[in-house]
Amino acid sequence: MDNFVVEVKGVSKVYGKTIKTVALHELNLGFKTGSFNAIIGESGSGKSTLLNIIGTLDRPTKGEVIINGVSTRNMSKGRLADLRNETLGFVFQFHYLLPEFTALENVLMPYRVAHGKADKESQKRAREILNLVGLEKVENNLATNMSGGQQQRTAIARALMNKPKIILADEPTGNLDSQTTDSIYQLFRKINQELGTTFVIITHDRRVAEKADRIVEILDGRVSLDIIK
Amino acid sequence: MKLAFDIALRFLKSSKGQTILIVLGIAIGVSVQIFIGSLITGLQKSLVDKTVGSAPQITVAPQEDGDFILDPQAEIKTIKAANPEEITNLVAVTQGPAILKTPAESTTIILRGFDWGAAQGIYKIADRVVKGELGINENEVIIGKDLSKNLNVAIGDAIEMITPTGKTGEFLVTGFFDLQVKSLNESWILTNNGTAQTFLETGEGVSQIEMQVNDVFAADEVAMDVEKRLNDETLIVTNWKEENVALLSGLSGQTASSLMIQVFVLISVVLGIASVLAISVVQKSRQIGILKAMGMHNPKASLVFLFQGFLLGILGAFVGIALGIGLSWSFATFVTNPDGSSLVPFYIDWVFIGVSAGIAVIASTLAALIPAIRVSKLDPMEVIKNG
Repeated sequence: MDNFVVEVKGVSKVYGKTIKTVALHELNLGFKTGSFNAIIGESGSGKSTLLNIIGTLDRPTKGEVIINGVSTRNMSKGRLADLRNETLGFVFQFHYLLPEFTALENVLMPYRVAHGKADKESQKRAREILNLVGLEKVENNLATNMSGGQQQRTAIARALMNKPKIILADEPTGNLDSQTTDSIYQLFRKINQELGTTFVIITHDRRVAEKADRIVEILDGRVSLDIIK
Repeated sequence: MKLAFDIALRFLKSSKGQTILIVLGIAIGVSVQIFIGSLITGLQKSLVDKTVGSAPQITVAPQEDGDFILDPQAEIKTIKAANPEEITNLVAVTQGPAILKTPAESTTIILRGFDWGAAQGIYKIADRVVKGELGINENEVIIGKDLSKNLNVAIGDAIEMITPTGKTGEFLVTGFFDLQVKSLNESWILTNNGTAQTFLETGEGVSQIEMQVNDVFAADEVAMDVEKRLNDETLIVTNWKEENVALLSGLSGQTASSLMIQVFVLISVVLGIASVLAISVVQKSRQIGILKAMGMHNPKASLVFLFQGFLLGILGAFVGIALGIGLSWSFATFVTNPDGSSLVPFYIDWVFIGVSAGIAVIASTLAALIPAIRVSKLDPMEVIKNG
């Protein structure tokens, strides 16, 4: 129990006021520090809702999310923003890079959100991460002048910038071809092993899921399968 | 702050067409403000200058008609001391009505005598002499060019005048003047102070003391200072403003209408910026959403848009100043009277331009407030859910 870096306790999510749609049914789930987890499930099963709630982007209707041992239930919007900035890294199906900025500037963005100006050290770190994801050659390209795979790698590099404890990825390779998908997962594994970052990844791809330490399947807002290898 | 500013700058740079359009919108607003403001101010300045620039703006005279100021030099000193910074061009004038007789006809004139040197300040009399010269010696006079025509008088002619008390005198015409006001050119005869004092029998006394002030619109306040300083109930102090109420109300009407135009221009600029930035919030919602997901606080996200408004305002103000000055200059240069002089003189009031630019910047920033509030309410979930 103590080892959970993130934990959801009795989390329910209901959408709509007159016609209620229950997306999550009192879910209890914890992810261990440094673990590599896959969440699978059909579309509409509630897996993205779960990930957004874990990521504090969405609030649960009932229950609570505990990150780093601290409940987020009563945190203000500002405090949650700081928590996301310091502890969480997001990778979405769409890269959401800022097209007005270069790859390097995009990677630096989470640091600048926290500190305003990017000092030399942070720039060095951003370059190292870009190196890690194999983008050192295009670091000065605008986000719009990169291939889909490069954009997604930049988004991953950005997620790593503030040394987050947890990376939350929602179908990060959904828009990519299978070769690029493979290389992205190898990259995730490498980061997981080298930096000890916890990964929670939503994927459709069973092949990908099978490489994870743990597979959680969500069905109709409930955990239907939980395999720990 | 720095990040919000940088993002604002990038947003503006990335949509250049939109930025140029909105900057042009602000610039045209500012330039119209500067142009109209300068035009009206220039017009008023030249109007006031033409009306009272070569006339006394404050006059001190005895309360009773026919009385004289007996010690003008002492009074001049007192008057000057009332407001030494504002009061200039003091001159003592001895004047009185007389009948001018020529063999053919006679006409009523006003004989005005003053020290030519002192009168130069107000009347620029040396420049107004169109023929001949000033009458320096006793019994020498200059007459208006229209009067000379009416009475067929030439330089070197002698004219005869009779005072209301019946005293007669003969005077030598040494020149003609043109004060550019027909009624004065027909009715004034100017001479040196000594001649007037002798003929009008005022002794050492003068009829009135005239002066100008540096700020013509402060003439009423300065007149009050003078009145207080003199503290003499036998003297009456008048100023041009109380004698030109119609002109002043015309001027203030003009000011009010130019202000109205400027206010409406400002409102249209504000609406333009607000609507373009509101569209830009929609365009940039993805970026804002992800920045918030990354931990950017709401006020900072709003600041991005406030900075955009501020930057647009500054850019627009600069371009607008250049345009406005160019427009005013062109108007002054190319819209001319038949004689080639400007219809309205080119006039630049940097304080007014500064205020216009400042208002544009503040208004642009405030216009960004509505989009900024929208941004602060933007939920990153909406963006991420809908892609």
